[in-house]
Amino acid sequence: MIEIEGITKRYGETTVVRDVSLTIAPRTVTVIVGTSGSGKTTLLRMINRLVEPTSGTIKLDGEDNRSLPDYELRRRIGYAIQGHGLFPHRTVAQNIATVPTLLGWDGARIEAKVTELLTLFQLDPVAFGPRYPHELSGGQQQRVGVARALAAEPKVLLMDEPFGALDPIIRAKAQDDLLAIQKHFETTIVLVTHDMEEAFHLADRIAVMDKGEVVQYATPAEMLVKPATAFVESLIGAGERPFRLLAIETVADAVEPGAAEGEAIASAATQREALSTLLWTGRKALPVIGPDGALIGKVSLDGLVQRAAGPT
Amino acid sequence: MLRLPTLFRLFAFAVLVAFLIQPQWFEPLLRPLVQENAPAIYNQGSLLQLTLLHLRTVAIATACATVVALALAILVTRRSGAEFLPLSRSLVNIGQTFPPVAVLALAVPIFGFGEKPTLIALFLYGLLPIFENALTGLTTLPPSIMEAARGTGMTGRQRLMKIELPLAMPVILAGIRLSVVISLATATIGSTVAARTLGEVIIAGLQSNNLAFVVQGGLIVAVLAVLIHDALQAAERSLGSRMGR
Ligand SMILES: Nc1ncnc2c1ncn2[C@@H]1O[C@H](COP(=O)(O)OP(=O)(O)O)[C@@H](O)[C@H]1O
Ligand SMILES: [Mg+2]
Repeated sequence: MIEIEGITKRYGETTVVRDVSLTIAPRTVTVIVGTSGSGKTTLLRMINRLVEPTSGTIKLDGEDNRSLPDYELRRRIGYAIQGHGLFPHRTVAQNIATVPTLLGWDGARIEAKVTELLTLFQLDPVAFGPRYPHELSGGQQQRVGVARALAAEPKVLLMDEPFGALDPIIRAKAQDDLLAIQKHFETTIVLVTHDMEEAFHLADRIAVMDKGEVVQYATPAEMLVKPATAFVESLIGAGERPFRLLAIETVADAVEPGAAEGEAIASAATQREALSTLLWTGRKALPVIGPDGALIGKVSLDGLVQRAAGPT
Repeated sequence: MLRLPTLFRLFAFAVLVAFLIQPQWFEPLLRPLVQENAPAIYNQGSLLQLTLLHLRTVAIATACATVVALALAILVTRRSGAEFLPLSRSLVNIGQTFPPVAVLALAVPIFGFGEKPTLIALFLYGLLPIFENALTGLTTLPPSIMEAARGTGMTGRQRLMKIELPLAMPVILAGIRLSVVISLATATIGSTVAARTLGEVIIAGLQSNNLAFVVQGGLIVAVLAVLIHDALQAAERSLGSRMGR
């Protein structure tokens, strides 16, 4: 659990973060969004004390983050940034081993961890471990950056636009991988982005920042239905709202009894994907199959249209 | 496969070694430069010994300059030492602009004749290139890498030893290389105050109007400078290419 209480950061006369309070539940993904310059990075960096706040406190699992030296705090918190920040003079394996080495883990344990993480990120440990960062593609470097942040099994992972430099296809894959890894390690993730699509895809809760203040902190569904300010509404994009609403729910929640013709859709797919398939194939309904492949009902165009409607 | 430039350097090195060990083999080549009865090969001491002493003087002076310049550059690039940056810059600049001959003239009354005044002159003269390069190397590190180093929980010392110095090393080495090459040539003037360097050969040539002495003294210094320059450059390149530069 991360408790941010009345955090303010001023540089001289300008207030960059103003009286922010947020409680972040353990094992969730919280996404901080906002326009550039709204103070997202500054807020994030106050959690691991790369920036010291002017006033306010931040507690991790009830403990003030100033109760131990900043470098020790940072060894406990994963940190991944845009452009990955890999050390160019160290191999992939050495990069990933950075924090475990600082913590004085023994060699065998470090090696096992590096192998585990590389495998988890779908990089062959034998082929990639000894390579230097410049010998990897952008997507591979980004994965190594996240692997390094996770190496010491931190409970909290801070990410500042980690996918900002990736092209759309690799980015989507990286986001899915991140969610899988978050479930696997049960990490609490705080992620900064200015990409609303990414925010809605990843977030359990979204914090919207505007000029240094958090103007809304809510689940994606709440935010879509009840945007707190005109700024939040414009950030979501009025034209995108019905599609975002469908995108954050799965087909499983929209299943109706009955049968339908044609190719089936998985219940784990998003409702937006179902709508897209319905429109593209010109059908009125799709059969739905559960995780075990058994038919569990149908999803209909009419049903989805109703679900996409906002409050009246 | 050795490439042609490498072969050429190996050849130059072989010729240099041969000349230092058996200079009289080369007598016919230098003979046309002198009058009938004058010696064509330096005969007032061993060329090999002078070369080694010359190299030793340069090595000591450069090592000291490296330690001091690097320590200074590290100090002024820490947050606590930033205010000394302008001061140390001007001090080191003075060291560079003050002519080595003048340093010799000032140092002799204090330290007497011999190697010491030369070492001081070379040391002061060699500081600037190392300091400036170390400063450049340490202040132009990519911000994202420095941020990552802080974010992983490295202490200031760990960042310096594990990240900053290794990443700045190619640029620092380039500064050392410059300094070495300048010192190799400048060391010759040390012989005006009786330091034992290859300058002795050149000065002897000038005093007895022996062109062959001047040429062989000058050539040995020049070939040494080129070979050492290239060797250090190769070291920088192999360091740099590993980092993908
Ligand atoms: N070290 C600093 N000194 C002065 N101003 C800063 C500093 N860091 C950030 N700022 C200012 O704070 C504001 C918010 O920055 P940042 O947190 O990076 O925003 P975001 O990540 O949302 O784009 C910007 O206007 C930026 O110029
Ligand atoms: Mg930012």
